[in-house]
Amino acid sequence: MNIVVCIKQVPDTKGGVVFNPDGTLNRAAMLAIMNPDDKAGLEAALRLKDEYGAHVTVLTMGLPKAEEVLREAMAMGADEGILVTDRVLGGADTWATSTTIAGAIRNLDYDLIITGRQAIDGDTAQVGPQIAEHLGLPVLSYTQNIKIEGESVIVERQFDDRYHVLKAQMPCLLTALSELNEPRYMTPGGIFDALDKEITVWGRDNLKDVDDSDLGLKGSPTKIARASDKVRKSDGELKADLGADEAVSYIVEKLTENNII
Amino acid sequence: MDFTLDKKHEMAQNLFRDFAVNEARPLAQETDETEVFPRATVEKMQKYGFMGINIPKEYGGQGCDPLTYVMCVEELSKECGTTGVIVSAHSSLCCDPILTYGTEEQKQKYLVPLAKGEKLGAFALTEPGAGTDAQGAQTKAVLDGDEYVLNGSKCFITNGKEADVYIVIAVTEIQTDARGRKKKRFSAFIVEKGTPGFSFGTKEKKMGIRGSSTYELIFEDCRIPKENLLGAPGKGFGIAMHTLDGGRIGIAAQALGIAEGALQRAIDFTKERKQFGRSISAFQNTQFQLANMATKVEAAKLLVYKAAEAKRTQKSYSVEAAMAKLCAAEVAMEVTTKAVQLHGGYGYTREYDVERMMRDAKITEIYEGTSEVQRMVISANILN
Repeated sequence: MNIVVCIKQVPDTKGGVVFNPDGTLNRAAMLAIMNPDDKAGLEAALRLKDEYGAHVTVLTMGLPKAEEVLREAMAMGADEGILVTDRVLGGADTWATSTTIAGAIRNLDYDLIITGRQAIDGDTAQVGPQIAEHLGLPVLSYTQNIKIEGESVIVERQFDDRYHVLKAQMPCLLTALSELNEPRYMTPGGIFDALDKEITVWGRDNLKDVDDSDLGLKGSPTKIARASDKVRKSDGELKADLGADEAVSYIVEKLTENNII
Repeated sequence: MDFTLDKKHEMAQNLFRDFAVNEARPLAQETDETEVFPRATVEKMQKYGFMGINIPKEYGGQGCDPLTYVMCVEELSKECGTTGVIVSAHSSLCCDPILTYGTEEQKQKYLVPLAKGEKLGAFALTEPGAGTDAQGAQTKAVLDGDEYVLNGSKCFITNGKEADVYIVIAVTEIQTDARGRKKKRFSAFIVEKGTPGFSFGTKEKKMGIRGSSTYELIFEDCRIPKENLLGAPGKGFGIAMHTLDGGRIGIAAQALGIAEGALQRAIDFTKERKQFGRSISAFQNTQFQLANMATKVEAAKLLVYKAAEAKRTQKSYSVEAAMAKLCAAEVAMEVTTKAVQLHGGYGYTREYDVERMMRDAKITEIYEGTSEVQRMVISANILN
C-alpha cells in the first residue's frame, strides 16, 4: 500500500507573526513547526504502516526551509520526502496550493492520500478536499481509527458528539485532526537516518496536468485586502453577586442597551 | 573549531527536550515523593529507542554517537535526575561493556534485548568494604566444571532489582608475587536476574534520585555458565575501570542536566518574584549570581560534550571523562544550592523543583567515582 501524506510547515504560534508588505505571511522570518493536524495525519499513516505495511511518502509545498518538516516526518518513520518548491508557486491561496499539490501527486502511485484537516496559519480546511476534487477522488474528513479491508478503507468520522462509520473504495483522500491522533516522537536513529537520506525536490516543471494560470499568487482567486495582528479584546465584566432573576434582567438590559435585542 | 550543533544533534536535542518536558517533568515530583521506579517512563523510552542510543543498529541500537546519548541523559535530567540515571546506568555500565568486551553470542543474547530496551541493565562493582578502594572487593567466583560459582554481596547498585541483566565484578584468582604479596585478579560476568542463588537485599533509602532503584545484591552459591564470563579471565578490573570511564560521561551529563534545570528555574523564579516593589532579578546580587551560574554551566557543558566526542574518537578518554564529571558534578551542587537560595523560603519546600534538584545533585559528586577519585585520575595523568 502506498500512502501520500501532505504536510505543511506553519509558523509556530509561540513565536511572533511577521507579514510581507502584500499581506501574506513572511514565513522565512518566523519559527516554524509541522502543522499539528498534518502531524496527526502522518501518525495515522504510520499506524497503517505498522499494522498493514505501507510505503509512506510525505509531500510538502513551501520554501526550501520546509525540508525541515520532511526530515522530521522521516525521523518519525516516513519512507520518503518530496519538497515542491519554486518561486512561481509563492503566494498561493488554497486553490493554487491544491492545484500544485494535485499536480505533484499525479506523478505518484498511491492508494491513500492523507492531509490534516486545516493548517493553523490559514485555518481554511479547504486544501485537502480540493486536492481530492482535482484528482477525482472521494474524500472522508475528520477521520480516526482507520482500518483497511481489501480495497476499501473504513474510518470513523467525527461528527459533533458521535461519529459515523464510513467505508470508501481506495484510492481516496482522508483528512485528520490533531485531537484524534497523538503523534509519536521521532527516534534518535530515525533522525540520523532521515538526515542522511535524499529529499526529492520538484519545481513547476515537475507538476503534471496543471495550468500556469492556476499557480502562485497570480493563480490565486483570493486577494488579501488587509492583514493585521489580533486586536486584544477587553476582559469583559464580571457580575458574581446577582441572583438568577437579577442576572437575567441585567443581561437583557445590556443586550437591549447594545441594540442586540 | 565549531561549537554549534549539527542538524542531527540539534534535532535529537529537540526530541529529548520534548520527551523530557512531556513525559518526565509531570512525574518528577511524584517519583521523588513515592520513591517508586518510573516504569511507565522507561517503557516509553524503550519504545523510542532511548535505551540503546549509541549501540550499533546491528545489535538493536539506534546507531547514534556518544554525544547524542549524552544529550539524552542531559535533557532527561533537566526535568528528573532519576530518569537520567536509569538511562545512564543501563547504557554506560551494562550495554557498553558487553558491546566492547562481549563475544558475538553474548552480544546477540544480551546486548540486542538491552539495546532495544526489552531488558534493563545494571553494573555491580561496589561492596560494603570496597568503594573508592575497588580492589578491596571480596565477592568471589570459582570455576567448577562448566560453571563459575559466585559468592558475596554488592551494594548501592543502581537499577538493582528492576534490571534483568547485571555485569558483576568478582575475584577469580589471588596471585602471590615474588615478595610474597597477594594480588587479586578480577573477572567480569553477565548475570541474569532469576539465576538461583542471586537475590536482592535491602533497598537503600536515599537523599536524592529517590525513584532510582538502589539495592544490595546477594550471591550465595550462584552458578553462572562459563560462557557468561565477559572478556578474558583475570581482566575484570580493567573492564570495570574502562566501563566507569564511559559511565562518568553519563553521570557528567546527568549533573549538567540537573544544573541547567536548576538554573532555568532560578531565572524564571527571580523574574516572577517581587520584593521591595520589583522583580528580584532586577537586583544586582541576583544578576551576578545568575551570571556566575550560567557561566559555570556553560563551562561544564563544553567539558561534557568534549568528553563525549573523545569517547567517539579516542581509545582512551579517562582524563576527559574525569574532568567532565568532576566539573559538572561540582557545578551541579553549586548551582542547585544557589538556585535554592535565590528561591528563598520557597526553595526549601518540596513545592519547588530546585529542592529536589539540590538533593539529586549531591550524588553526582559521589557515585561512579567520587570527585576525589576524579582528581586522582586527572593528577596522575598530568604528573605522569
